[in-house]
Amino acid sequence: MTNQNQQGTTTTQLVLAWGFVGIPLVLGVLQTLVNSMKLFQ
Amino acid sequence: MGLLSFLDRDRTIAKPGFSRWMVPPAALCVHLCIGQAYAYSVFNLPMTKLIGITQSAPNDWKLTQLGWIFSLAIFFLGVSSAVFGRWVEEGGPRKAMFTAALCWAGGFFISAFGVSIHNLWIIYLGYGVLGGIALGIGYISPVSTLIKWFPDRPGMATGMAIMGFGGGAFIASPLSVWLMSKFTTTSHIGVAETFIVLGVVYFFFMIVGSIIVRVPAPGWKPEGYVAPAAKKLITRNDVFVYDALKTPQFWLIWWVLCLNVTAGIGVLGQASAMSQEMFPGHITPVAAAGFVGLMSLFNMGGRFCWASVSDYIGRRNTYFVFMVLGFALYCTVPYAGSIGSVVLFVCCFLVIISMYGGGFSTVPAYLRDMYGTRYVGAIHGLLLTAWSAAGVFGPVLVNCW
Repeated sequence: MTNQNQQGTTTTQLVLAWGFVGIPLVLGVLQTLVNSMKLFQ
Repeated sequence: MGLLSFLDRDRTIAKPGFSRWMVPPAALCVHLCIGQAYAYSVFNLPMTKLIGITQSAPNDWKLTQLGWIFSLAIFFLGVSSAVFGRWVEEGGPRKAMFTAALCWAGGFFISAFGVSIHNLWIIYLGYGVLGGIALGIGYISPVSTLIKWFPDRPGMATGMAIMGFGGGAFIASPLSVWLMSKFTTTSHIGVAETFIVLGVVYFFFMIVGSIIVRVPAPGWKPEGYVAPAAKKLITRNDVFVYDALKTPQFWLIWWVLCLNVTAGIGVLGQASAMSQEMFPGHITPVAAAGFVGLMSLFNMGGRFCWASVSDYIGRRNTYFVFMVLGFALYCTVPYAGSIGSVVLFVCCFLVIISMYGGGFSTVPAYLRDMYGTRYVGAIHGLLLTAWSAAGVFGPVLVNCW
């Protein structure tokens, strides 16, 4: 049996799922990165 | 009955057309939440002033007493992943994620109660024991599912989830500080309220993950995927979970993980002080805090990058790189100090800490190579006892030497 070319999962579902975890993670990483820049000041 | 059957493994079997790329976000929903454990220290100082408010009162808790909360959680992480590993494997990822969500949120709620009546034992029970069980079950819950969905790139898939565990602190730390500032008044420190809000938020996130997750149908494989021809270091059979314990390879990997965690504790714990001592005047306490933040980012990034690299160069070669490159970089650190090169010093530690993260995230794929896919989650659970052991003995070893 092989994958049926993703007919069941829409692009919107994928974007929502990745956004749900990605947005908070990116925000947290950016804040840490900004704080880390103090090393170079 | 309806809820219980919804959690069954059979109900999570993906229908044709389900995209496997939905599974990593499901795993991240859990790992980003339980990764809060790395940010638990933000509560330590406020919890030493719950009675005195502006400064510690005689009846306030001491930092040494509070340190046991995290140690207990890490201890129960290893114990629960070992004890419940087979149940997680057989019950399926949705049931495991749901259980982890209940325990994780429950741990926060019990701890909030403990804070409100100022009883430390209740917090040990809540965050330490129940939260630790959630850590163990949550950590291993998506691992074998991801490996089954990504037989072509198992390192990358598990690296993505375990990267979430490293990244959870980036969300939890500022969120916890912000919540405490909102709930704190001149006569009250808002730790209990923050625990309640975190418990609700994390429960919601983890439940979403458990709803999204699916296991592949039996016999499923990615389009165009052909299993590679038998290789010397990759098995095509499945080793039963307890038979794996009888092999020397399991215990050698156990020691690798144990020493990896111990080294990580040493490096992360001492980085700030070490950088200021080696470069007095150049690295201030504020800059050292920035250095520690940068190390956390590389710890997280290393989890994804090194595990992905291991798909191409092989698991054993990846650990060989860790050993050789790690040795060279540790030797370079004193040289960087002697020539006064902050850049070289920082680069050395960033690569070292990325390999620490990589050591964690490459292990599930290594176990899959060794023992097959069938019981990899349960075997991984048993291996995480190395984390508990290092969490308890690591600080002793590092501080004594």
